[in-house]
Amino acid sequence: MNLRVEGVSFRYPSGVLALDGIDLAIPSGQLLAILGENGAGKTTLVKLFNGLLRPSQGKVYIGDWDSAEHTTAALARRVGFLFQNPDDQLFERTLAREVGYGPRNLGASEAEVKRRVARALKLVGLHDMAEAHPYDLPQPQRKLLALAATIAMDTPILVLDEPTIGQDEVGRGAISRILTDLHRMGRTLIMISHDMDFCAEHAQRMLVMLNGKIHVEGTTEDVMGQTKKLDEAEVAPPQLVRLAQALKMPGTPLTVDDFVDEYKQWRKKKKSK
Amino acid sequence: MIELKKFSYWYPGTEQPALDRVSLSIAEGEFIGIVGANGAGKSTLCYALSGFVPHFYNGETEGQHTFNGQDMASLDLGQLAGQVGLVFQNPFNQISGARFTVREEIAFGLENLGLPQSEMRARIDEALELVNIQDLAERSPFSVSGGQQQRIAIASILAMQPRVLVLDEPTSQLDPDGTRDMFTALNKLVSTRKITVILAEHKLEWLATFCDRVIALGGGKLRAEGSPQAVLSSEQMLRLGVGRTQYSEAAARLLRTKQLPVTLEQAKKALK
Ligand SMILES: Nc1ncnc2c1ncn2[C@@H]1O[C@H](COP(=O)(O)OP(=O)(O)OP(=O)(O)O)[C@@H](O)[C@H]1O
Ligand SMILES: [Mg+2]
Repeated sequence: MNLRVEGVSFRYPSGVLALDGIDLAIPSGQLLAILGENGAGKTTLVKLFNGLLRPSQGKVYIGDWDSAEHTTAALARRVGFLFQNPDDQLFERTLAREVGYGPRNLGASEAEVKRRVARALKLVGLHDMAEAHPYDLPQPQRKLLALAATIAMDTPILVLDEPTIGQDEVGRGAISRILTDLHRMGRTLIMISHDMDFCAEHAQRMLVMLNGKIHVEGTTEDVMGQTKKLDEAEVAPPQLVRLAQALKMPGTPLTVDDFVDEYKQWRKKKKSK
Repeated sequence: MIELKKFSYWYPGTEQPALDRVSLSIAEGEFIGIVGANGAGKSTLCYALSGFVPHFYNGETEGQHTFNGQDMASLDLGQLAGQVGLVFQNPFNQISGARFTVREEIAFGLENLGLPQSEMRARIDEALELVNIQDLAERSPFSVSGGQQQRIAIASILAMQPRVLVLDEPTSQLDPDGTRDMFTALNKLVSTRKITVILAEHKLEWLATFCDRVIALGGGKLRAEGSPQAVLSSEQMLRLGVGRTQYSEAAARLLRTKQLPVTLEQAKKALK
């Protein structure tokens, strides 16, 4: 399902103008990363997608719906949402109930709820703890639990606000696999992250925000190579891109595999000169 | 300055120790990084090094736990609070909510230190500047972004000017430049004021660039300890679920060397 933002501005009641004239089209099935410095407006922008916030000006379309004409509950059928702070979305007594809450609310049968809960908990590696209390889990695990709850909604669009915060290699690996799976299933994925290495590896396109505006947008390779633009937005390229630049090697390697290939070619060329 | 000898700690009602016979000695003026998979005991070690274990957490301890040669459990809390500061993993736990503006929030912690007004103001200004949120001073600490909130939590501890600063994943929500700036600022405090900084982190690149020493935990036990390059380049980091920097991963595929690079500078040198 696609998503469109037309001429959107947003001002918090306190007076802060957090979004300032945003136009954006995200095609169905895309994996988009939103980057930008703290306070750039990333979270505010995505909260418009499921109606947690409503634009002060402009329109947000979710597929063929004008979001202004739909309640937050209705929008939740189309847009799944992982909060930056997982504690904003956890309120049940057990992990299983937490993950089952959304599907149950959407009217899924008990058998269906059970199936979705088992699958989602398995995906994030928490299936052994289905009967534990969410607050018995440390923060990074609560984030994974919240992710499971988001997945269980089975929405065509998913918004993940900083999914890899506080995750170790195992957690990052699980999130990486989940993203890859959902992408393969044709879901539209919007991920906010400061984890440049992770974004470089997974995102198809990137959007960098600065002061409530879109600062740069393009394919991952294109955006990651724009050192000056990134610098203006307080965003540094990922490690491998910085290493390639430090070595004065051409190209924008996004993964270790890419880097190794490009490095070998570059050395060969240098030698033959 | 802080010493653990075969120190174990059990949270109330648990059978597995969260820290299992950890021996560790931290000197004044050191900048120390703690790494480990989720659940390895990083936060618990942060609590122990800052005295929150045993002072604020019940449970059982075993072994020795001293601060400047004195038994940690016997220390007076007021005294300890003036010397040691802890920044929690989740900034939302740290903001008191007792005050209306960010400036007042930071002042809240300082009020018990009995400082003159001018000194308080100077400290707050310095702390705001260190984490680069001068422009948020008059805002409410709740109507800000996640990364801004994390900066507020750090600033309120920095303003206390503790001699020992323990930070549990303080940069998890910071933007890339903010993360680098935070490490730079801490490093400067270590070298100019000789404070001790202990920091648990997943961002290995910055630990490797700035720390004097890195400690790796696994299953509550101390698994490795040494220079950042020695510890973070080793294969053991993969087994511990810590991972390695992409510099190490790329170099591992391209070079045969005794010790893989872990920072940009080291990788540049090795691959030039
Ligand atoms: N509840 C709120 N009330 C008032 N202003 C807010 C509120 N939440 C955020 N803001 C302000 O709106 C702007 C955009 O914030 P937003 O949370 O969208 O940033 P972000 O890009 O997600 O940042 P981060 O990387 O720190 O999460 C900032 O200036 C912030 O201080
Ligand atoms: Mg945000």
